[in-house]
Amino acid sequence: MHADPRCVLTGTHFINGDAACCEGALAAGARFAAGYPITPSTEIVERFAARAPKVGGLFIQMEDELASSIALQGMVWAGQKSFTVTSGPGYSLMMEHIGFAAITETPCVFVDVQRGGPSTGLPTLPAQGDMMQARFGSHGDYLTIALCPNSPQECFDLTIKAFNLAEKFRVPVMFMMDECVGHMTEKVVIPAADQIEVQPRRHASKPPSEFKLFEPGPDLVPEMAHAGEGYKVYVTGLTHDKRGYPLMNPQSQRELVTRLFDKIRRAADELTIIEAEGLDDADVVVVSYGITSRVAQRAIQMARDKGLKVGKLRLICVWPFPEKVIRDLAPKVKALVVPELNMGQVVLEVERCASGQCRVISVPHPGGTVHKPAEILAAIERGAR
Amino acid sequence: MSSVELHVHNPVEDLLRQDRIPTIWCPGCGIGTTVNSFAHALLGLGIDLKKTSIVSGIGCSGRVSGYMNLDSFHTTHGRAIPFATGLKLANPELNVIVYSGDGDLTSIGGNHLIHAARRNIDLMVVCVNNMIYAMTGGQAAATTPGTSMSTTTPYGAFEPELNMPQLVDAAGACFVARWTAFHVKQLERTMAKALNKKGFRFIEVLSPCPTYYQRKNNLGDALAAMVDYKKRSKIKNGCNTWETALLPGGDIIVGEFVDREREDYLTLMRRQLGSNYTEFPPQAEEEAERCCSEC
Amino acid sequence: MPKGSVAITAERCKGCGFCVEFCPTHVLELASAFNAKGYHPPHMINAEKCSGCNLCGMYCPDFAIFGYRFPDGKQSEKGGDA
Ligand code: SF4
Ligand code: SF4
Ligand code: SF4
Repeated sequence: MHADPRCVLTGTHFINGDAACCEGALAAGARFAAGYPITPSTEIVERFAARAPKVGGLFIQMEDELASSIALQGMVWAGQKSFTVTSGPGYSLMMEHIGFAAITETPCVFVDVQRGGPSTGLPTLPAQGDMMQARFGSHGDYLTIALCPNSPQECFDLTIKAFNLAEKFRVPVMFMMDECVGHMTEKVVIPAADQIEVQPRRHASKPPSEFKLFEPGPDLVPEMAHAGEGYKVYVTGLTHDKRGYPLMNPQSQRELVTRLFDKIRRAADELTIIEAEGLDDADVVVVSYGITSRVAQRAIQMARDKGLKVGKLRLICVWPFPEKVIRDLAPKVKALVVPELNMGQVVLEVERCASGQCRVISVPHPGGTVHKPAEILAAIERGAR
Repeated sequence: MSSVELHVHNPVEDLLRQDRIPTIWCPGCGIGTTVNSFAHALLGLGIDLKKTSIVSGIGCSGRVSGYMNLDSFHTTHGRAIPFATGLKLANPELNVIVYSGDGDLTSIGGNHLIHAARRNIDLMVVCVNNMIYAMTGGQAAATTPGTSMSTTTPYGAFEPELNMPQLVDAAGACFVARWTAFHVKQLERTMAKALNKKGFRFIEVLSPCPTYYQRKNNLGDALAAMVDYKKRSKIKNGCNTWETALLPGGDIIVGEFVDREREDYLTLMRRQLGSNYTEFPPQAEEEAERCCSEC
Repeated sequence: MPKGSVAITAERCKGCGFCVEFCPTHVLELASAFNAKGYHPPHMINAEKCSGCNLCGMYCPDFAIFGYRFPDGKQSEKGGDA
């Protein structure tokens, strides 16, 4: 299915990442959103509040993030595509409802424009300190998908991807921007609607009498029916059976949680979304994501100018973690260098997958600004020794 | 069993998910009694049940959604109202009813209650007030009256209790009422009236919790509580909501307190947006093609 | 002759006594017998006084009883005390 041309602002624009994210959501078919103002994410919903009514949608500013993160799920069960937008403290407040979306398999997108933390931290300055929160933030066991854009163009393109993956796998997708990417203004090309692929809702194909709301399809993802369609849906955050009825015992817990994991794990190849360059003969590979990848790019160039063989691996989809890529890479290189705007989060996954087959060098940074290329360069040089 | 009985049928059954009965509720818990009034109100009005959704939070009363044969949403603790808000705004055709408990709606979810009333979101909210956190084992709630005992107030409560009708009235609800589980017929009529009204409607229903509230306070069993409701209730329709506080042993003021006209959220939104709002009919892909072939 | 009767699903009853207490014509009483869950369900002791008003049904928190009226002029031959 293609995007609806009425929602797509086709053309070449000079806009920031926040604006591009908003346009991506509209192009993906989201006409409804709920949110609560928080820097540096607010521009996304400010723009959405202006744009949505023109296409019959709405933005509701709720009383807090607890409310917005569940109101958006009401919108989804009413048959719409919806999302919310937040940052640091607001993202923390949303955690319970990320778990609710995971267990009720509610397709939706949570945009987190990361800023420095903990707590109120650095409201107007960048960080990437929420990466583990995006993976493990809600209590209990679940898997989500997390994408990391590194440019306004990607804020547009990957927001569409985020919605498409949410619909395909029926999971909450974390769209992990950061203050730099959100506030960076660059050229953004929005293609014609018929060039934008949009994943429609995987709607019930059976009549109500034969339909079970949580019966897994061949890819373990169930089809969805909405309120008001005669399906008498039963949606609960309790562990449930295929009808959606609460069934709280070890067996049903095993079945449900295992399926929530397996529907993502099985799709590991599809969800390996990376940008790789010069890996074949590299001695050192820089593994990065989001804004840090742009600094890393500069450091890699500097290292190459010095004659070092350096490869680049950018994680566009950070969760699920591209385990196989790192496992294959580790025995072939001397070192993996992992710069992040946090004190070392995704590097833990890199270390786990490298399992001692090469050095893993963390280049931590508490946030507030980006790395200096020289810091990453120094780590590359250490790794090449 | 007489032959007649084989043909008779309790209409309430049609509104229940038969495969979920019996309920988890304790003997004499009043929540089920309120469900009868609710079911009769829905049936009496002939409301399109296909377009009716019920949303609950967490707690004993939060289980109501799961027993009703409607679109049922059992959400997170305190967040039934914001979920219902999203549901209603994204599909205004739906009748959305929130059915939950006092702790859920007024304490952890208190902020949402205030703001949904202020926005006048077109929802009917039924708050079953058992005056205690029952599902978790009888802890004091914001609604625990006076010096009542609970597991977290072993020497008696001392926080002043919340007067729900006053709160939602002040916040702007367009309909506010209170009954007890004893008032089955009045409750049915009030629910029917509220179901027919547009805007934020709030109905508090006092309900016995023999397992915790009654037992902890030596108030006898559920039946004793019902008899007590009957004795202490004073019907005062139109009563000022600052006079409706519930005190132990005091009068239970019941009735329809507020019934006012106020434009709901979507009406206000459409008016304010004016020509900035564009209807969005589904894309008609075949249109152009069919036109050509016929011309 | 009674104007109505009640249907009781004894297995659902939890013996709260609401139906007995609030029947306006005192038709019901809790039986001495137990149901499978160990509760005493109601039975009719004054069947001829039942109006079929269904107040018992409105009160029953467990959907275990409801009252119904006989169609006009066609009363139950077998009575309602089953
Ligand atoms: S604990 Fe109280 S409120 Fe909960 S089901 Fe039992 S009687 Fe009802
Ligand atoms: S139907 Fe009315 S009269 Fe008959 S037993 Fe029930 S409450 Fe009593
Ligand atoms: S009201 Fe219902 S549960 Fe209670 S005693 Fe009567 S039949 Fe049993």
